Amino acid sequence: MLYGYMAYFDTPEALLSALRALKKEGYRRLEALTPNPVEGIEEVLGGDGRIPWVAFFLGVLGAGLGLFLQVYTTLDYPHNAGGKPLLGWPAFIPVTFELTILTITVGIFLYLLYINGLPLAAHPAVRAPRYVEVLLDRYGVFLYATDPRFDPEATRALLQALGAEVEEVRRD
Amino acid sequence: MAKEPHPDRDLIQGEWTERSLVEKLLEPVEKPPPRPWKVVLAVGFALTLAWLYAIFVTFVQGLGTWGINQPVAWGYDIVHFVWWIGIGHAGTLISAILVLMRQNWRDSLNRVTEAMTLFAVLCAATYPLIHMGRPQHFYWVMPYPTHMALWPQYKSPLSWDVLAIMTYLTISTLFLYLGLIPDLALLRERSTGWRRKLYGWLSLGWTGNAVHWQRYRAVYVLLAGLATPVVISVHSVVSMDFAYGLVPGWHLTVFPPFFAAGAIYSGFAMALTLIIPLRRWYRLEGVITDRHLDWMAKVTLASGLGVAYIYLLEIFIAWYSGEPAEWAQQLWRMTGPYAPYYWAMMLINVVLLQTLWFPRFRKNLTWLFLFSILANVGMWLERFVIVVISLSHDFLPGNFHLYYPTWVDWTLFLGTIGFFLFGLALFIRIFPPIAVAEMVHLFHKLRGH
Repeated sequence: MLYGYMAYFDTPEALLSALRALKKEGYRRLEALTPNPVEGIEEVLGGDGRIPWVAFFLGVLGAGLGLFLQVYTTLDYPHNAGGKPLLGWPAFIPVTFELTILTITVGIFLYLLYINGLPLAAHPAVRAPRYVEVLLDRYGVFLYATDPRFDPEATRALLQALGAEVEEVRRD
Repeated sequence: MAKEPHPDRDLIQGEWTERSLVEKLLEPVEKPPPRPWKVVLAVGFALTLAWLYAIFVTFVQGLGTWGINQPVAWGYDIVHFVWWIGIGHAGTLISAILVLMRQNWRDSLNRVTEAMTLFAVLCAATYPLIHMGRPQHFYWVMPYPTHMALWPQYKSPLSWDVLAIMTYLTISTLFLYLGLIPDLALLRERSTGWRRKLYGWLSLGWTGNAVHWQRYRAVYVLLAGLATPVVISVHSVVSMDFAYGLVPGWHLTVFPPFFAAGAIYSGFAMALTLIIPLRRWYRLEGVITDRHLDWMAKVTLASGLGVAYIYLLEIFIAWYSGEPAEWAQQLWRMTGPYAPYYWAMMLINVVLLQTLWFPRFRKNLTWLFLFSILANVGMWLERFVIVVISLSHDFLPGNFHLYYPTWVDWTLFLGTIGFFLFGLALFIRIFPPIAVAEMVHLFHKLRGH
């Protein structure tokens, strides 16, 4: 069964122009695979502005939890420490701060895994014979065979016209 | 039009292609290790065993086996706790603050220093645990509902400390792991057998998807921004464990910046101690260049000057405050039985430090390596001055007592050094000690893509 085509490019610029061309041709089910972040990829594949907002709300949550923890436990077991006021808020700053950071850190890490669909047990692109190169020094496009525009002959010709080396990825 | 050469182009020296650079950086993991690695591993393992034995003795016979007494109830264990925590800080500093400042020279250093942080914080965390004497009850410092309706006292710096250290350990571990994920995917594709399984599990199925990369960078920079204030906060909180107390020599508002500067100083010194031999044994001169070491020496100098300034400020404040106990403490440091420790600290951290102003000393690797070890000794002495000397001379002459560490104290200290070396040696054998994906990216930027 054919999973799709893996196309290899030598430079990020070639990758970007190929992605633009493929989008223009109407291809939708494709992934770019690169050894490091490529600048300008958002314009082609769409950016993601959610992360700062999620981090902000996690921070609000963490600060609230931290303050609640301290206020609640202090009221539940009132204890006169050196004549300080029972709810002496300056003393609550360090713990609130640490719990805010802890909540954001753990939360945003899990959120990153979630939006990226990780952990992932298997990905068809990994089956491409020379897949390791897109983790090293080449820039790959994986085109799924399920794409409505996919045609074994025309797609291969288009990719080759864009300057790519094309490999078939199939389940053996 | 010809492009301007990148200002940081000498950060990767030699003729490389992406492929040969990756081969080089993966050598510590993929090739048989050099002989010094085996020596470090063996020495580290032996000391780790001695450490476990000393912990065993502590638990079976109790804290009476240590040299602590009244009033020096915080002996070597707190000295070493603060020392190790301080060493941990340079790792996060290099990885986090330098990311925010877009310093390209961090890319060759961040992995090994983050690993250093992880093991240093682990070493540090064991000391309060075993100092409790009843480590099985460590969870009493956590907020959990008990039948006695007791909660931790959140107005105490000791409970801030618990949360600060645990947050720090969590964030530095996650930061290290996040940075490792792309490298683990590369190692997965290049290895076979059980290693392939291990890296496969750890890499979480990372494929290098360009959209994933964008989100990954966003989160990485965000975590760097969060780790930066945590670094500063952790050692500030540690310093408040002291500054909250009334003991002469501790009760100073300058303690948080004092401790933070000392942490950066000792952390960078330890990073130099580790990186200079690592670079020689693995022939990494092309990626850890003299310029990297020069920058590290400069940061060591800058933070060391902060420490030196506060030493002098402490003397001034003790005199200017007119507080008799405070001034007596200062004189006791300078002339009492512990004076050699105090003056050795001054010699290293104030006098010898000044050599780093001069390029000929900074660029002399033998001196830099020697000084990095001396700086760690100096910072150890500083913690000794703060903990032991302050406690041994408080308000009442009837209380004054000297402190004599026992063999258990020494073994616990040498044991953590062994564990630190053992852990790091194993780490660089399993995970690449230089961040491969970062370096390839840097290589790209420098070659003008």
